[in-house]
Amino acid sequence: MSTTYQQPTERGYYGQFGGAFIPEMLYPNVEELRENYLAILADPEFQQQYQLLLRDYVGRPTPLFEAKRLSAKYNTHIFLKREDLCHTGAHKVNNTVGQILLAKRLGKTRIIAETGAGQHGVATATVCALMGMQCIVYMGEVDMERQKPNVYRMRLLGAEVRAAMSGSRTLKDATNEAIRDWISNPVDTHYIIGSVVGPHPYPDLVARLQAVISEEMRKQLLEKTGSELPDYVVACVGGGSNAAGAFYHFLEEPAVKLVAVEAAGHGIHSGHSAATSVLGKPGIIHGSRTLLMQDEDGQITEPYSISAGLDYPGIGPLHAFLADAGRARFISIEDEDALKAVAECSRLEGIIPALETAHALAVLGQLGAGPDDVVVVNLSGRGDKDLETYVKYADSML
Amino acid sequence: MNRIQQAFQKKGKGLLNIYFTAGYPRLHDTVPLIQAVAAAGADLIEIGMPFSDPLADGPVIQASSTVALRNGMNLRVLFDQLQGIRELVPDTPILLMGYLNPVMQFGVENFCRKAAAAGVDGVILPDLPLDDYVQEYQEIFRRHSLRPVFLVTPQTAPARIRRIDELTDSFLYLVSGPGTTGGQNTQAEGVQEAYFQRIEDMQLRNPRLIGFGISDKASFRQACRYAEGAIIGSALIRALEDTEDAPAAAQQFVRSVLA
Ligand SMILES: Cc1ncc(COP(=O)(O)O)c(C=O)c1O
Repeated sequence: MSTTYQQPTERGYYGQFGGAFIPEMLYPNVEELRENYLAILADPEFQQQYQLLLRDYVGRPTPLFEAKRLSAKYNTHIFLKREDLCHTGAHKVNNTVGQILLAKRLGKTRIIAETGAGQHGVATATVCALMGMQCIVYMGEVDMERQKPNVYRMRLLGAEVRAAMSGSRTLKDATNEAIRDWISNPVDTHYIIGSVVGPHPYPDLVARLQAVISEEMRKQLLEKTGSELPDYVVACVGGGSNAAGAFYHFLEEPAVKLVAVEAAGHGIHSGHSAATSVLGKPGIIHGSRTLLMQDEDGQITEPYSISAGLDYPGIGPLHAFLADAGRARFISIEDEDALKAVAECSRLEGIIPALETAHALAVLGQLGAGPDDVVVVNLSGRGDKDLETYVKYADSML
Repeated sequence: MNRIQQAFQKKGKGLLNIYFTAGYPRLHDTVPLIQAVAAAGADLIEIGMPFSDPLADGPVIQASSTVALRNGMNLRVLFDQLQGIRELVPDTPILLMGYLNPVMQFGVENFCRKAAAAGVDGVILPDLPLDDYVQEYQEIFRRHSLRPVFLVTPQTAPARIRRIDELTDSFLYLVSGPGTTGGQNTQAEGVQEAYFQRIEDMQLRNPRLIGFGISDKASFRQACRYAEGAIIGSALIRALEDTEDAPAAAQQFVRSVLA
């Protein structure tokens, strides 16, 4: 068994993490996907459609912007990969464009998705509108409240938003409900998972669809710095899809330091946190063996973060492997510091980031990057959806 | 012959398997409920090990699991409760049903040893894939004489059904149609019958029990036309919801199904 970081084994393992722990009701669906995804992704006609949509619909390539004032402040060279400029405002659409084409190939007519911050829900509703497909999005009741604009956007796009009322009524619970929907609709439905989580082949599928981020970074870095390789790549991790995309083409380049940023909520050990790499133990969530926040009886712990997109008690199996193997450094950032980073990026660069992204920006001071180092931060999304939160905390942000 | 096979041999047709969640409605209802449903005529008993995120379960079993966890149920408590159960209920097969993560954290070997010592006959873990079972757990299960029970759905391919049939000496759990536990059957007339018939025609080694959406005497009788018996869970749990005396309510429910 030779695992590279990029490539899981045939059964979907990155080291000890991954696999497909699913009830029999999901087996035919997941198996169909597993048998077909690599061939479909490699098919020239699929690639042509996918690339065309990425260019003309999503607006790729997204710019790599040299953030001069942030660079001056942290005395290093900081570049921002502008995924916030993607259509719908975050990296999530890279995945949904690919998966909707895949769903069509598989003959599916009904699409379901889970969403936390609402960005994946919006990105799914968007491609469903584009392709004329029925779309149902599950969202925790708490998240519907804190990411209201995205609920309105999904509805405007023609999607049905269903509230998940169990557990902490956030991303984990929305994912549970989406999986239950899939169990109940095993033939006509494709589940567009929004991150590098879930049973194999989802983590690999989503990573491959997000890999365009680092593919572009390499070209853009060569142009701007004379080298394809930066010293640091920094990204936030909820499930880990934007980080997987930003890391992907650097995973096998040991010279590039990978930094994954989790949400510490009120503090790692406060009991209100989503810092899975610190608090998690190997376990099974949503069909994958990964690091998981759980109690000693194996019951899943309710996570907490101010950011709906990072409020998840697990991380994708690729990230669990990167953490375990020491290939990526994991840092967690508290709510308050994320909010400060929102204000800093807004004031210094004229870019209002999403709350999720702000966690990545908040580590700039603790990287240890020198004046000659090149740091790329994956600016995964824009902050429009979080405006209400930013207004509420305006005093503590500045 | 194990206790599960004996139960099927003794009765042949019309077996009723009753599911309820351990520690629900109150922590110490588990053993009285086992006695009550056995006394009322249940042929097999399936005890749910509550999990925080039960993906294959509908709202009723989810809610009972939440209550049970809040009551303090966990595997240590359950195995304590089950000590001595074979003196009270000697013949009725007892199965544990739940999700893989709590079992993994408890330790699969430890889990199997404690279950076997308590007199448990079989284990149902819907999110344990067949391949993982064979590669990692089969030897442990066999050593402790525990039978795995696997689910079969209308979409399960024939070759896979044959493989499942080879892997156990208990029964096949036929999921009646698409959906989680406790759902209504919304399939078109005839679709379900064709599925059950298809499996009947395969002449499998193991008997079959139909589960998901069986709720009363009528649906139980209907299911028994296509298999050796059926499984009822959510409907029983609903009958326990607003009662002071859960064992009495369970007994009454089981009698109403078998009447
Ligand atoms: C802007 C943004 N960044 C990051 C995330 C976290 O997801 P992931 O870790 O899969 O990139 C989200 C999720 O909603 C998001 O909206």
